[in-house]
Amino acid sequence: MLTKRIIPCLDIKDGRTVKGVNFESLRDAGDPVELGKFYADQGADELVFLDITATVEKRKTLRELVSKIARHINIPFTVGGGISSVQDGKALLDNGADKTSVNSAAFKRPELISELAEAFGSQCVVLAIDTKKEADGNWYVYLNGGRLKTDILCEDWARKGVELGAGEILLTSMNNDGTKQGFALDITNRLATTLPVPIIASGGGGTVAHFIDVFKNAHADAALAASIFHFREIEIGALKAELAAAGIDVRR
Amino acid sequence: MNTVIVKYNAGNVQSVLYALERVGFTKDILLTDDPETIKNADKVIFPGVGHAASAMAYLKQKGLDQLLPTLTQPFLGICLGMQLMCSHSQEGDTACLGIFEEKVLGFKSETLKIPQIGWNQITDLKTPLFDKVPEQSYIYLVHGYYAAVGQHTIARTEYIQPYSSALHKDNFYGVQFHPEKSAAVGEQILYNFMTNI
Repeated sequence: MLTKRIIPCLDIKDGRTVKGVNFESLRDAGDPVELGKFYADQGADELVFLDITATVEKRKTLRELVSKIARHINIPFTVGGGISSVQDGKALLDNGADKTSVNSAAFKRPELISELAEAFGSQCVVLAIDTKKEADGNWYVYLNGGRLKTDILCEDWARKGVELGAGEILLTSMNNDGTKQGFALDITNRLATTLPVPIIASGGGGTVAHFIDVFKNAHADAALAASIFHFREIEIGALKAELAAAGIDVRR
Repeated sequence: MNTVIVKYNAGNVQSVLYALERVGFTKDILLTDDPETIKNADKVIFPGVGHAASAMAYLKQKGLDQLLPTLTQPFLGICLGMQLMCSHSQEGDTACLGIFEEKVLGFKSETLKIPQIGWNQITDLKTPLFDKVPEQSYIYLVHGYYAAVGQHTIARTEYIQPYSSALHKDNFYGVQFHPEKSAAVGEQILYNFMTNI
């Protein structure tokens, strides 16, 4: 059986992981390669590295980091952050990244998705969408790390992204992100059951029950989380054992 | 011993190089599309991600469509590489290399997502390519087309229906999954190819 995927996300700035990471067993938890390898060894199915370095001169640092990750880590990984051209994507894929993730740049210039898909194939293009449910009950797309609201509905943008060639959707609910109260089941389910590509649910995972929920009730193909893994509130091995016990197919 | 990775317009060869490095093969690995160099290599790896028609067009342009099926050294096709080793692919209605008689078909499903992306299992494992690889091991796949089960099948995976996740004939091996991305299981399979085959 094709299994549900568990994906830790690492934020990278200037080649280092950001956010305090609490790992006594690691020599250097700020080293993305060491932390990524630790997760891979624990049974993570994939990794996402989001680069939040803004400046152009730091792009070289990212390329070098991607090459180091690819050399040492034996599972697939996605790199996102600041990709706005085929050239940006190529630099990362040539250095060994398996997929690129695009967000605001794709919203501002949707052809970016088709350009990347034509150049590298849809399997290399993950469309990341930050979305928030407003008082009117609708989910809207937000840009620039959630600072800029748009008038476009999440479902509409996701569908257009898939038509343009996105191979997966990484869906982050801003209402849920950081709350540890569970994933956004309604919007995840809506996308997962209407779109032909895998949906990676992100934002709100705090307990094992939340992961069971998002797989069983919202039909997510994968679930992504950051701090609960970084602070060892949930261990990936134990999480997968409990998912399996709940009847969810996972790789163990 | 020298190993050649066939360079063509399909895919991420860097990951294959790194994976070989992780299992201890760091020397004498060449990336090339030169027919003579490929012919004289001790082992040939034929990776690939992309579209069957454009990949075959490139191979033809380099004369590799004639050369590859005549090779006699251990040969490993990966993902699109394996599909190109079959007789025909539905993707772009493409005549392929014909090393394996199996045909490559497109997945069709009302309910399951296409392409298949993620981790699935391999069963009915045959040949030393799978030494020390347990039945039901998980491997990483990304593909919208598959080779049907046939006489050359040496591993099966089930998605929508059972299909060939590995094929073998004489010196030729092909795997649908990505051993370079399939954690310790994938590394074992690459190690086996480099040492047992």
